[in-house]
Amino acid sequence: MQQIINFLIRNKNFLLFLLLLFFSLILTIQSHTYHKSKFISSTNFLSGGVYGWRYSISTYFGLRNKNTRLLEENERLRNYISTFSIDTSSVKFLDTLSFRKPFSFTKGNVYKNDYSKTDNYILINKGENDGIEPDMGVITDKGIIGIVENTSKNYSRVLSILNSNSKINAGLKKSNQYGSLVWNGKDPNIVQLETVPRQAILKQGDTIITNGRSTIFPKGIGIGTILSYELDKSQSYYLIDVKLFNDMTDIGFIYAIKSSDATEIKEIENPEN
Amino acid sequence: MNNNILLYIGRFIILILVQVFILNHINFLGYLNPYIYIVFILLAPITIHKSLFLFLSFILGLTIDMFGDSGGVHAAACLVITYLRPVVLRFVFGLSYEFQTVKLSNVGFGERLAYVTLLVFIHHIVLFSLETFNFSHILLIAKKTLFSSIFSIVVIMLILVLFRRKDS
Repeated sequence: MQQIINFLIRNKNFLLFLLLLFFSLILTIQSHTYHKSKFISSTNFLSGGVYGWRYSISTYFGLRNKNTRLLEENERLRNYISTFSIDTSSVKFLDTLSFRKPFSFTKGNVYKNDYSKTDNYILINKGENDGIEPDMGVITDKGIIGIVENTSKNYSRVLSILNSNSKINAGLKKSNQYGSLVWNGKDPNIVQLETVPRQAILKQGDTIITNGRSTIFPKGIGIGTILSYELDKSQSYYLIDVKLFNDMTDIGFIYAIKSSDATEIKEIENPEN
Repeated sequence: MNNNILLYIGRFIILILVQVFILNHINFLGYLNPYIYIVFILLAPITIHKSLFLFLSFILGLTIDMFGDSGGVHAAACLVITYLRPVVLRFVFGLSYEFQTVKLSNVGFGERLAYVTLLVFIHHIVLFSLETFNFSHILLIAKKTLFSSIFSIVVIMLILVLFRRKDS
């Protein structure tokens, strides 16, 4: 017994080192597993506050660019509305509150954006108090950027599409074939679309969109265009390089999408819960 | 003595703020960031209590991890260099370390560079291996380690020159 205690005292630094190292390795392994990296995250009040402070300074440097993007989006939406050619003289008053909206959008700002690692996260300034929940989709005016993974009262962390755990259903705009969107960790503006069947007819420059097969993103949100494609080793699936519409190094503002059907669809899919 | 403790606390906080405010967002050439917060570990007094030192560097790394959403990557890297620091000190400074007379502010440029290079390199190897966490990307790890190390070493040497204490 005496010897054991002596041993412990003699090697206490080494044992402390091993203990702390073990702890940090557990955190590391958890951070590489989807939906488990909750313990140490930047959504707490300290880092959220510090990043908010930083944002309040740095936001002034991009105002011109941001205004242009908002105007462009407005222009696009106005053009889109005008195609419905509403005759304002004959329209009766519509009570939009009674309409059933399948998706609702919440705006937010990006406080922190990573793109240089292999597992990247984005911190946004909206949290549970604003109705943000895990598994909501996040987009910008141009296209998708990720899925909400972890929320606190005022902040949420978004699993960027530039993350090795991210896997999003996406398909071709002109046909119904689809695959899953992943990232190989190299170029932050090029992602990969896997397992598109070889029957699909592809052309360079074709548009890739979300296909609405999950409850996270509505159908038809832009992702990018085909940069190049090749058949994989099994010769039955295409491996496609997709150039993103978004500049992932400069996101700016975001919209989080809440699907009002999500819980209902999930209940049908997993009846035992 | 009291003054020194205040100095170390101030250094701890300022290094973290500089790292997360500015240096984590440089992304030179798309992916290169200098990691200078380990100056705290490099400049810790040689006579520091070892358990306390391990604990402090764990907290240092974990704080950087919290801001960067990287799990426990920086904490692990900091622990490794903290544990290996006596070995590196003995290797670089030899006898003067045994007699505990080393002061980083008055050793030669070559010795200082060797000390910083070794520790930064070990730190970055651990950091990027754990961050990538995929041995099929070993080339990517090597590339990131090499270039980030050069960047960090240059910045750290500049900091050591610029903020040298004029007590000797």
